[in-house]
Amino acid sequence: MATEFHNLQELRHSASLANKVFIQRDYTDGTVCKFQTKFPSELDSRIERTLFEDTVKTLNNYYAEAEKIGGQSYLEGCLACLTVYLIFLCIETRYEKVLKKISWYIQEQNEKVYAPRGLLITDPIERGMRVIEISVYEDHGSSGSSSGSSTTSSSGR
Amino acid sequence: MTGNMHLGVEEPIRECQYNQICTHNSSTMDTPHTKKKKIKRKWQVFPGRNKFYCNGRIMMAKQTGVFYLTVVLILVTSGLFFAFDCPFLASNLTPAIPAIGGVLFIFVMGMLLRASFSDPGVLPRATPEEAADIERQIDTANGPSGPGYRPPPRTREVLINGQTVKLKYCFTCKIFRPPRASHCSLCDNCVERFDHHCPWVGNCVGRRNYRFFYLFILSLSLLTIFIFAFVITHVILRSNRTGFLSALKDSPASVLEVVVCFFSIWSIVGLSGFHTYLISSNQTTNEDIKGSWSSKRGKGNYNPYSYGNLITNCCAALCGPLPPSLIDRRGFVQPDTPQPVAQTNGTGACPSNQVQSHMT
Repeated sequence: MATEFHNLQELRHSASLANKVFIQRDYTDGTVCKFQTKFPSELDSRIERTLFEDTVKTLNNYYAEAEKIGGQSYLEGCLACLTVYLIFLCIETRYEKVLKKISWYIQEQNEKVYAPRGLLITDPIERGMRVIEISVYEDHGSSGSSSGSSTTSSSGR
Repeated sequence: MTGNMHLGVEEPIRECQYNQICTHNSSTMDTPHTKKKKIKRKWQVFPGRNKFYCNGRIMMAKQTGVFYLTVVLILVTSGLFFAFDCPFLASNLTPAIPAIGGVLFIFVMGMLLRASFSDPGVLPRATPEEAADIERQIDTANGPSGPGYRPPPRTREVLINGQTVKLKYCFTCKIFRPPRASHCSLCDNCVERFDHHCPWVGNCVGRRNYRFFYLFILSLSLLTIFIFAFVITHVILRSNRTGFLSALKDSPASVLEVVVCFFSIWSIVGLSGFHTYLISSNQTTNEDIKGSWSSKRGKGNYNPYSYGNLITNCCAALCGPLPPSLIDRRGFVQPDTPQPVAQTNGTGACPSNQVQSHMT
């Protein structure tokens, strides 16, 4: 880890964006929201594999909780139907509650784990739940050892 | 002016000149109105062919004429029923009839408006970096192409619950469509779990509003049958007293209601039955029309999304969790983030990290 930052502010002010890594969706379980836990090669020198996998697995668990079909979701659905869905003007859905938890978790991960390593995770909801976008920053002072966008990033399937 | 301190002695003189020009310009245009750049909401720069109302709260397709026809038909028929038939029925039979009719009517209108006005599950288009990353992956997978070589179609295969599903690349949105998503050519958007584009509702029917659409047609069937039955009852009861022709003369609105209901019942009840079948087998109209999971395609062909159980399929479709809108219509456009490419290029994405022009 050549670049060291102390907090997110320092990262945003003194670093320049070198590259963006995209973690794609994993559709093997159907249309449920789940991201691939395969470790991308571009992050090899930036972060430990286990930390990355932990983050993605926790996010996957959160999404599974949001989309779980069970007693609570049935109750919510029936109640909403009886009130012609007007109840959602007053309360928020379970999905929205979990999304808030996710957003808090990502912010915490950014502050504690990713920003000190010069990385930044973007909440998937801002990218249409299609990808987890990880921005890779390089320090202004360090030499241009950034992996440019023209490298053959063979993350093919 | 930062960053140009490394030039020679001439720099200070040039700086003074720059300063003079700056103050000159700013003094002529120095009004608070033009100084602050107007920040737009995301719906104002939305690349699809949708119409937005109430500052982004309501989202519909471009053509909404048939939707207004639907609303008028329902309002007029129900209005005539409540005005002309209900007084007689309430006094001669039971006041429960207008009460039940009222509840049904409110439910029908509520579901219709909810189905028409909400986001069906539109997938936002890829950001330029995302599009570039996908292009790179496709090029790597395809290998170098010679002068006469036609690259294979952009598809990815995924194994879902033992069934191979092909994910197609959308050239307009520059994404690989998730399973069950489809691009609506009328609205120019990719929609998750795309069912069909309904002109009567004035919107696409997709993941987020399918249950509203289904409850709308189901409750409308009930309302139509209800009105039809009780208008006939009304006319019969009146005919018993005063004769058939004078009964019709006394309440001419009943004739109109019977005609509208008679022709509507066949189509709406039929549609409700069809969608009940689709829900119970967890298919979309799109998949059913294409025969994606039909056994005619092959012996091992089955629907990988079905829960196997009729009741679970129904419950999942109607009472499952309601996902949020992915397009954040009312959010503000950040001035320094790049906007997704709005127009289709024949040659593929040209990624750029600069701010794209907002207007399409």
